[in-house]
Amino acid sequence: MAVNGAVTWLRRAEEIDGYDLSASDSEEVHVLAVDDSLVDRKVIERLLKITSCKVTAVDSGRRALQFLGLDEKKEANGFDGLKVDLIITDYCMPGMTGYELLKKVKESSAFREIPVVIMSSENVIARIDRCLEEGAEDFIVKPVKLSDVKRIIDYMTTDFREGEERRRGINKRKLRDDGDGDGDRSLSSSPPSTLSSSSTAPCSTSTSPLDSPTRRLKMTSFEEHIFADKK
Amino acid sequence: MDRNRLQHQVACMRRSLFDQGYLDEPFIQLEELQDDANPNFVQEIVTLFYTDSARLIQNIEHALNSRPIDFDKLDDYMHQFKGSSSSIGAKKVTNECTVFREYCSAENAEGCIRSFQQVKQEYAILRRKLEVYLQMVRQAAVSRTA
Repeated sequence: MAVNGAVTWLRRAEEIDGYDLSASDSEEVHVLAVDDSLVDRKVIERLLKITSCKVTAVDSGRRALQFLGLDEKKEANGFDGLKVDLIITDYCMPGMTGYELLKKVKESSAFREIPVVIMSSENVIARIDRCLEEGAEDFIVKPVKLSDVKRIIDYMTTDFREGEERRRGINKRKLRDDGDGDGDRSLSSSPPSTLSSSSTAPCSTSTSPLDSPTRRLKMTSFEEHIFADKK
Repeated sequence: MDRNRLQHQVACMRRSLFDQGYLDEPFIQLEELQDDANPNFVQEIVTLFYTDSARLIQNIEHALNSRPIDFDKLDDYMHQFKGSSSSIGAKKVTNECTVFREYCSAENAEGCIRSFQQVKQEYAILRRKLEVYLQMVRQAAVSRTA
């Protein structure tokens, strides 16, 4: 049985810190879902559970940070509760927006590696771009469908394996561009890795990540950046 | 009434809800998320929707009665209402919410008040129909084949 990337990453973390997760917990992808809407929270929770994920659903960015242990009042210790493998958050929320939550996660040394997916009822290119530039893994337009969630869990777990292999490979050779520290996050490196992962992923679904509207958006934004005249 | 007849009635009502534009694709998603382990999922979500809607309707009423009208707050409430109605596939309600938000961004108080009446009306109609429909679904589920 193939061990998916997320589980490999989890187990490695367990070994390093000696954190004792029960066997059943480490089998599942643990998703932190953030949405102020009662209805949407219940739906996303069900969508994730049906995709065999463990879910923690909270109603605000503040609570999400508390759960992660990133609250101002507490020090980030990285293992306050179950390890989070993915954060999926609504964009429009009172108090802290999904975008602000994204930034806080990406600014944190303990949690910046956790992929963050943004959900929004508004399909605004500028908003999508801003989120992707800040390091969001993907952007889903609401209402969220089961196929959206399946796609994300599938290519997320594949990406982990690819990411791990890339990182191991990079240790052996010098990085081409020194300033490319955030290269993994930027649009410029996403399309090629998507192409390779879709063809080699053993757990790929019938719909390739490339077919998804949000993936297309990601690539279109990239194209726009290359070809568009700056205003 | 025998099960086959009830199931047929359920199917007919379900089709008309979609054909007449009361419900849309997201509702089908909810139905697909229901299974033997979660047999009441649709009803649970719909009930949450009613609770949430009651709260938001009250907030919007209050905001519309305040002087001066806080259009930002109004838009915020309606954004939430539109969001949850869209999530359950309440098509007509969602459309009326969109109309309301247009008046809201134009800061047209009269337009807001008028379109809010439409929102409430569509919501009331949908709620009635859904209650009948889901009751029928429940009856069909517990009925026996003649």
